Amino acid sequence: MSDLSTTSTQSRPAAAGPDLRSRRADFPILATTNRHGKPLVYLDSAATSLKPQAVIDAADAYNREYSSNIHRGIYEIAERATTAYEGARASVAKLINAPEPAEIVFVRNATEAINLVAYSWGRRNIGRGDSIVLTEMEHHANLVPWQLLVQEKDGDLEFVPITDDGLLRLEVFEVLLHLKPKLVAFTHVSNMLGTVNPVREMTEMAHAAGALVLIDGAQAVPHMPVDVQELGVDFYVFSGHKMLAPTGSGALWARRELLEAMPPFMAGGDMIREVHLRRSDWNEIPWKFEAGTPDISAQIGMGAAAEYLMAIGLDAVRDHEHEMVAYALEVLRRDVPGIELYGPAADRRGGVVSFNLPGIHPHDVAQILDRSGICVRAGHHCTMPLHERFDLAASARASFNVYTIREEIDALATGLREVARIFDR
Amino acid sequence: MDDLYRDYILEHYRRPHNFGVLEAPTTSYEGSNPLCGDRITMMLGISDGVVREVAFTGRGCAISQASASLLTDEIKGKTVAEVEEMTPDDLLDLIGIDISPARLKCALLSLDTVAHALADDAAKQAEAQGQTQA
Repeated sequence: MSDLSTTSTQSRPAAAGPDLRSRRADFPILATTNRHGKPLVYLDSAATSLKPQAVIDAADAYNREYSSNIHRGIYEIAERATTAYEGARASVAKLINAPEPAEIVFVRNATEAINLVAYSWGRRNIGRGDSIVLTEMEHHANLVPWQLLVQEKDGDLEFVPITDDGLLRLEVFEVLLHLKPKLVAFTHVSNMLGTVNPVREMTEMAHAAGALVLIDGAQAVPHMPVDVQELGVDFYVFSGHKMLAPTGSGALWARRELLEAMPPFMAGGDMIREVHLRRSDWNEIPWKFEAGTPDISAQIGMGAAAEYLMAIGLDAVRDHEHEMVAYALEVLRRDVPGIELYGPAADRRGGVVSFNLPGIHPHDVAQILDRSGICVRAGHHCTMPLHERFDLAASARASFNVYTIREEIDALATGLREVARIFDR
Repeated sequence: MDDLYRDYILEHYRRPHNFGVLEAPTTSYEGSNPLCGDRITMMLGISDGVVREVAFTGRGCAISQASASLLTDEIKGKTVAEVEEMTPDDLLDLIGIDISPARLKCALLSLDTVAHALADDAAKQAEAQGQTQA
């Protein structure tokens, strides 16, 4: 990680001035204190993000002013609900530059989106002996659905290994592509290492080998510009709740022709055009995949979150988080003796820093930090194979978002020195 | 200071009692909390219905390891029946600190692992008895 100094000069400190302070005022939870009267230092945004007032208001307005079902009622508030829900779809499509809103399927979260693809596309397209290529750094959500699929279909999983710095070994990926996999599925940004993977390059390689590409964008969409057309991928999934939206919201994007060829995942109301007692015709995309009443207020909130992020500008978001991660790597390494940091240099990572203090379990680290109001994740972050790869039982993780400030990273460093002091006494 | 990290808890974590292996345990069991990566192997030497020897190995947080240290001290010399009767509350009393709900699994892993080791032993004995009767 020798290029820290060069990467930190690339960021723009001026961007984190009054703008950022006023942005923090958008998040009501940041004004709260813990049971010891300490202000909230929220460094667990990779688990779920905080919600700005604009998102809270959008979801709240639905419940207060026009709570009604979508795509059904002929009356005023029902039309308003449908308009808001479909408007949210258009905002989410714009956020990732999807060619058309109809290619956005609303789901509960990225996990559901991957399961949808595994069940619907996977069951139709994966057969005996077919292989799917994943990587060693996948979240369980982009691993277990594929395990179930290949167990059922007698297919195979292959894994792109990683270097000790947490980068995918593309030379091995190239070899695995000789197996002519049907699908390559991997994360855009690792939720443990923070690694930003070269999606476009790997997608080109996969397509040249005849595979489709699914990207888990849960840790990417809220943190950097994502353009699915420019990336050239086939499926892109993400959660709303990690991008400043309420829990219960998420999206699958896929190319129209893929979605049209895929059979329904769940069946019921809203996903049909005509129902007879013994057969039915499916609705158009995306509604074909949206059986039953969805979490309407959450998805409306997700639309508001997309607008909020676009108003800041995703380039500015990326620059800010890059500045935070470079600062964190620098401060933690300098001020916390013995700290073990995992993952690549700042210029190859998103706003995630996983670490351990030698001889101290991350649960103890997190518990002591909690007294100071500092929230970090401790555990395996739903990446058990990745922890095995590094021979770790668990790790602690600090992760950032648009509202993170340097003072919070300073507080983390101070808190970690306190943890070490308690255990060394 | 921090209620959870009192000196004696940290002392048990740093220098756990009964940490090591038994050459020929009557029964042993490896318990784990996969969510946090706590892992404990309990080894018991039982004769005439009494826990004569006990040892454990493992890794995990201060709470889980201190709990195992305290528990192994407690059960050494007790009858199997007495150990089987121990409840989670008995162990929490022994640990003597307030454990938050999120950390209960860490604190109780040691007792859960001992219970599994004893259940395995009981099953083995029942099987052996069945064989001698047959």
